[in-house]
Amino acid sequence: MADCSSELRDAVLEAIAVQSPLRIAGAGSKAGYFGREIEGTPLDVTAHCGITDYQPDELVISARAGTPIAQIQAALAGQDQMLPAECPLFGGAATLGGSVACNASGPGRPWRGALRDSILGLGLINGRGEILRYGGQVMKNVAGYDVSRLQAGAQGTLGVITDVTLRVVPKPAREITLAYTLPAAAALARMVTLAGLPGPVSGACWIGNTLYLRASGTAAGVEDFRRRQGGDLVSDKAPWKALDTLDNAPFSGTAPLWRLSVAPSSPLSGAEPDMIDWGGALRFFAGGHDPVAMQDAALAAGGRAQLWRGGDRHSDVNGPMSSVEKKLQQRLKEALDPGGIFNPGRLFSDG
Amino acid sequence: MSRSTRVSGLARVKRKPDIDVSELLQGLREVLPAQAVITDEASLRAWECDGLPLYCELPLAVVMPREADEVAAVMSLCHRLDVPVVPRGSGTGLSAGAMPHPEGIVISLAGLDRIVDTDPANRVARVQPGVTNLSISEAAAAHGLFYAPDPSSQIACSIGGNVAENAGGVHCLKYGLTVHNVTGLTLITAEGETLTLGGSGLDTPGPDLLALMIGSEGLLGVVVEITVKLLPLPASVAVIMAGFDTVAAAGDAVGAVIAAGILPAGLEMMDALAIQAAEDFAGAGYPREAAALLLCELDGSDAEVAEQCAAVSALLHDAGASHVEMATDSATRQRLWRGRKSAFPAVGRLSPDYYCMDGTIPRRHVAQILAEISDMAGQSGLRVANVFHAGDGNLHPLILFDASKPDEIRRAEALGARILERSVELGGCITGEHGVGLEKLAQMSVQFSNAELLQLEAIKVAFDPSLNLNPGKGIPVLKRCQEYRALPQRHHHG
Repeated sequence: MADCSSELRDAVLEAIAVQSPLRIAGAGSKAGYFGREIEGTPLDVTAHCGITDYQPDELVISARAGTPIAQIQAALAGQDQMLPAECPLFGGAATLGGSVACNASGPGRPWRGALRDSILGLGLINGRGEILRYGGQVMKNVAGYDVSRLQAGAQGTLGVITDVTLRVVPKPAREITLAYTLPAAAALARMVTLAGLPGPVSGACWIGNTLYLRASGTAAGVEDFRRRQGGDLVSDKAPWKALDTLDNAPFSGTAPLWRLSVAPSSPLSGAEPDMIDWGGALRFFAGGHDPVAMQDAALAAGGRAQLWRGGDRHSDVNGPMSSVEKKLQQRLKEALDPGGIFNPGRLFSDG
Repeated sequence: MSRSTRVSGLARVKRKPDIDVSELLQGLREVLPAQAVITDEASLRAWECDGLPLYCELPLAVVMPREADEVAAVMSLCHRLDVPVVPRGSGTGLSAGAMPHPEGIVISLAGLDRIVDTDPANRVARVQPGVTNLSISEAAAAHGLFYAPDPSSQIACSIGGNVAENAGGVHCLKYGLTVHNVTGLTLITAEGETLTLGGSGLDTPGPDLLALMIGSEGLLGVVVEITVKLLPLPASVAVIMAGFDTVAAAGDAVGAVIAAGILPAGLEMMDALAIQAAEDFAGAGYPREAAALLLCELDGSDAEVAEQCAAVSALLHDAGASHVEMATDSATRQRLWRGRKSAFPAVGRLSPDYYCMDGTIPRRHVAQILAEISDMAGQSGLRVANVFHAGDGNLHPLILFDASKPDEIRRAEALGARILERSVELGGCITGEHGVGLEKLAQMSVQFSNAELLQLEAIKVAFDPSLNLNPGKGIPVLKRCQEYRALPQRHHHG
C-alpha cells in the first residue's frame, strides 16, 4: 500500500538515459492475452498500490495502478457500490492499471459501459519521465484532450499509468439470471430483439447451447422482467464470471482464442462461435482459425478481430490498420514516448 | 452573453504575412461550387462569432461544403497553402471555439446535414456532422430509440459540434456525455486525409483515439461522419420537483438520493434568482419563495419508476423539502422542465447581457461554492444566477452585466475567472461541457502544469504538424514550447 511513483519515475528516467525499452508489468494476469509478446526490462508496478480516496456519495474512487481489482471491488461492495465495467479478474490477480491499459470490460459492457467509460482521470509517467495528470474526480471535464481515456487499450505503449480515478455506480438492489436452451442463431436473435426494448437487461450471453440473460435493477423491475421473459431462474453466475475464473470453456486451457468485436446483430456465418457475449457484439472462437478469414468475417460484421490469446504472438495480433491511422498512431506514440521506451511492439509489429 | 461588444480575440496572434489570398480563393472555387465560397464582408459578419459574442473576428472566407470529399479537398488545399481552418457546426458554442481566424477560413459543416442510416437492430445511426442533436432522437423515435446526450441547445446545436465539445446535457448523470454515446467517427485530418475510427462494434484494439477526438474542439481533425449509439426509450418517466429553504438543504438532498443507490436520469438545481427568472418567463409553477429548487427525473419500467418515485419523495421530505410536486404525465413533466430549459433566456431578461460559466466541482462542495459565488458577486457589484447540473457537479453561474459598460465587462470576466479558479481549488475543473475555446485559455494553466500543457501541445502536433486546425484555441501554447517544438508563430499566445 505504498506510493512508489518516484521509484517508477526513476526507473523510467534510467530507461530513457540508457535508451533501453521497458516492459510494463502488473500482476501478469493478462500475460499471453491482448497484445504481442515483447522484449524489455520489466517495470513491475504491483508495489505501487492502494486505494487513495473513496467518496461513496460522489460515486468516485481513486487507486494506484498496482491495486488489485478484487480489492477495489471489495471496498465498493462494502458501500453497496460497484465498478460498472465489472473488470474481469483473469484468474484473480488483475490490477487496475493493467485493466485500464487493456480496457478490460465485463459482461455488462453494452448497458453499463466499458472500463474506459468510467475513467474520470489518471496519472501518467510519459516518455520524458514527467508525471502528468489528466481528467480529475468529476464526471464532466472537457479541459484539454482526453489523455486519460486515450490510455484505455494503449497497453502501456503511451506511458506508465500511476493511478486512476473511476466513476462507480450503486449496486442494483436485485439481480437475477435466466437461462434458455437455444442454438446460437436463435439466441442471437433474442438478444438483439431484447436490446432494442427498454428493460433491466445487464447481460446477454450464449455459451454451451444456452442463452443466459441477466436482469438488474429494483426488485419490482426485475420481477416484472422475469414474468415477461419466462425461462429458468438459475443461481449459476458462471457466465458472468467466465473471465474472472478462466476455468470454463472457451477460456479454460490454452487453446488460441479469437475475439471479434462486431455489430451485435451481424449474422452468424462460417464457423460457429464458442461464446457470444455483449448481446451479440462480442464473439469468441477457440482453436486454430485462418487469420484472414477471421479478419474478413469481422470486417463484414462492422468490427475487428484480434488473436486475443495464444497462437503466434510474435506476429500481428490486432488485425490490419489503415495507413492513415498507422501514421497517426506512430506520431502519437512519438508525442508521448519520443524515445520509444514503453512496451515497444506490444500493439503492432512495426510500432 | 454580450450582444454588443466586439473584442478581437486573436489580435495577440502574430500575423502570417505570406498567405496568397487570391490563390486560396481560386483554389477554393475549384473544389467547391461558387455559392459555397463566401467572401464579402457583409456576409462574413454572420460568422464572426459563435454563442460567445464577446470574441469576434472576420475570416478570409467561409466555405460551405456539402460532401465529405469536398471537406477533404478544402483541407488538402489549406494544408498545401498553409492556411488556418476553423471548423464550425451550428455556432451555438459558448467558449468562442468557432471564432474565425483572421488569416484563415471557416469551414461550415452545417451543409453536411443528412442522417445517412438508422440501424435499429444494432441501435446505431450514422449521421453527418451538421445534423442537429434533436433530429437524431426524432428520427430514432420511430424505432422506439433515442440519442441520450441532450444539451439545452439541442434544437439548434449540431452533432458535429457536440463531438467537438463532448457535449453533455441534463441526462448525463445516467446516460453519459457524447464520448459515451459515439461508437465511430470519420474525420478529415489537417493534411486532408480520411481517418475512420471505431464502427458499429463496441471497441477496437489500440489507444482510444475516439475518446481523444471527442472534445478536442476541432483541433485534431474535421469530423465528417459520426456513428451514434441509440438507446431504447424508457417505458416510464417521472419528474419530481422540490423546493428548499436553503441551498445547503438542497445540496444535502442530492447527496441523499445518490447515497440511497438511486441514479436519476437527471438531477438539476436552480438558485433563488434563477427560480424567479424562470418562473417569470415560463410559468412552470416553481415555488417563488424557495432558496433552491431541485428537479429529479427518474426513468425505467413502470414498476421501477413507481418504486424509485416513492423512495426519492421520502428522501426529499426527510431532507427538508418545503414543496414537492411529482409528475408522471407528459404535459406536467414538460411544464416542470420548461422553467429549467428556458433558464438561460429567462435570466437573460434580467440584464442587458449575461456570461455563462461552466466549472465543475465535486458535488459535496455545492453549498460552499454557491455561498462563495454569492460573496464574490457582491464584491464585484454584479448579480449571479445559478443553474446547476447537481447530479454531476457541473455549475452554470450566469453573471449578469451590461456590455455597454467596459468596466462591467472587465468585472464580469474577472468574476468568471475567479469562479473557475475556485472550482479547480475545490477539486473540480474549469469546464464541464462548454469547452476551453478561446475563452478559458488563461485558466488552463490553473488546471494544468507546464509539462501537462506541453504534452497536450505535442499531441496536437502529432495530428496537425502545421498547426492549421483551429489555431489559438483549446490549449495555450507556452513560450517554452517555441524552443521545444519550433512551433509556427501563429499558435503563440505568450
